[in-house]
Amino acid sequence: MAAAPEHRPTFAALSLGDRLARAAPFVLIPALVVLGYATIGSTSSWLTLTVSGLAMGMMIFIMASGLTLVFGLMDVINFGHGAFISVGAFVGVSVLIALGGWTGTPSLMLNIAAVLLAALAATTVTGALGWGFERVIVRPVYGAHLKQILVTVGGLIVIEQLIHVIWGPDEIFLTRPETLKGAITFAGAAMEKYRLLAVAVGLVLFVAMRLILTRTKIGLIVRAGVQNGEMVEALGYRLRLVFIGVFVAGSALAGLGGVMWGLYQEVITAGMGEEMMILVFIVVIIGGLGSVEGAFIGALLVGLLQNYVAFLEPKLALVSNIGLMTAILMWRPQGMLPVVKAK
Amino acid sequence: MSDPVLSLRGVCTDIAQYHILQGVDLDVPRGGVTMLLGRNGVGKTTTLRTIIGHWQAREGTITFDGADITRLPVPARARAGIGFVPEDMGIFSDLTVEENMVLAAASGPLDPARRDWLFSVFPPLQTFWRSSAGTLSGGQKQMLSIARAMAEDRTLYLIDEPTKGLAPAIISTMAGALKELKAQGASILLVEQNFAVARALGDTVAIMDDGRIVWTGAMATLAGDAALQERLMGLSMEAH
Repeated sequence: MAAAPEHRPTFAALSLGDRLARAAPFVLIPALVVLGYATIGSTSSWLTLTVSGLAMGMMIFIMASGLTLVFGLMDVINFGHGAFISVGAFVGVSVLIALGGWTGTPSLMLNIAAVLLAALAATTVTGALGWGFERVIVRPVYGAHLKQILVTVGGLIVIEQLIHVIWGPDEIFLTRPETLKGAITFAGAAMEKYRLLAVAVGLVLFVAMRLILTRTKIGLIVRAGVQNGEMVEALGYRLRLVFIGVFVAGSALAGLGGVMWGLYQEVITAGMGEEMMILVFIVVIIGGLGSVEGAFIGALLVGLLQNYVAFLEPKLALVSNIGLMTAILMWRPQGMLPVVKAK
Repeated sequence: MSDPVLSLRGVCTDIAQYHILQGVDLDVPRGGVTMLLGRNGVGKTTTLRTIIGHWQAREGTITFDGADITRLPVPARARAGIGFVPEDMGIFSDLTVEENMVLAAASGPLDPARRDWLFSVFPPLQTFWRSSAGTLSGGQKQMLSIARAMAEDRTLYLIDEPTKGLAPAIISTMAGALKELKAQGASILLVEQNFAVARALGDTVAIMDDGRIVWTGAMATLAGDAALQERLMGLSMEAH
């Protein structure tokens, strides 16, 4: 084989400023935590609020991660995502109620087994529902954003009404399994056990998602597909199948987020998914459409900020996340970690 | 003469309300380089995109390796043995060079011997193997784009303006790589505006105008006839 003609390779190195700008979103979480400490003053209150904010953020991330990939990969705006959150919560809570004997005894093993079964049932049902939703609702409207909004909102309403039909119109109150009730005390701060579990589950899922996206070929296809789906197909990959897989996985994660959120709030309603979608969309937008890392950072920022502000100035809590979104979009109109999409 | 590896018969392609291809008839011989030449906007890129399937032909047939692929989806055409290097290179800029290459080996892991050969053809790929593809220079991105198409054996390569906007030293690297492919017996359909490169690489030529093929023949015939060049393309290769 002939050697290549000589030429001098060049490298378009980023300037220090550019590199710092790329890393800036990762600094926002510790910066917010430090700012929270400075403004709250009390270490124990700050610690309690931080754990609460991280738990809330992790649950929002679980719900938002699928949505951001679906948008990034196939340019689909799915307002029906909230329905999977609600269905997941109702299916999961139904399982927990059916396993009342397990959740009512102070056995960590039985309690965790009940939660795992509830999560499995919620993800299975919402994954299957997502598959059907993609085939029936989303597939006919690829490439038409306005139609996507209309039909997915319609799908959301239909599924909410079906929840009323199956589980009744009233909210369902629940109590957490025995060993997940109460709090542990650390450095004078009370930290709810369930919130610590939520943080752990969120972290494990984020790490697993990162590993899948960066270390496996299917993950590479997904990341490449978010940037340039046409080229991925030209390399021989059936991107539609990958998209269906991502849609199903995203729906299942929304269901898992729903059951976790239900256990967090200890009450579920058919409209809970729709209500959560406001936060989920904020997270997806400020993270950068299609970016899992962006959604993770965005979700933690939303969770932490809401908890800190609710403590410091309760009346501002409702608008704090809108303010956060406005500030981030003024700083980075494409979101914190936007995916570079092909033209 | 052996059967052509690719044949287009009466291919018409529309983009929105525009009739871009208006009955393209083209044979790409098996082995060797076929140059697809013509002025800007005559339908060269659309022809390549119709062959790979990014645009659907409204009429006509596309036969590849003896099989009708006119209605096949893009991935099936690629898996049948067609490699595509688009005009915009199609680099996954958020992925590393390594990840781009791993992805290019669609049928399995990237063969280490193949990778080493590509390193010898495109040395910067080895240098920047773990760098983000988005940080490469334009020439390096083009090398990556062509190397990606070469990551596995293909029967036919569709390559759209690989030397566009590149420095002469890098153009010679590109030409060297394409000669390597040609020496291995690959068939290449190449859109190229650089006539020096076209003349050096091309075995046969098809010239397009107004969405049709208006002349086909040997590169030697076209290169040796300035009047023909002037008539078909409105310019002379001698000027380049």
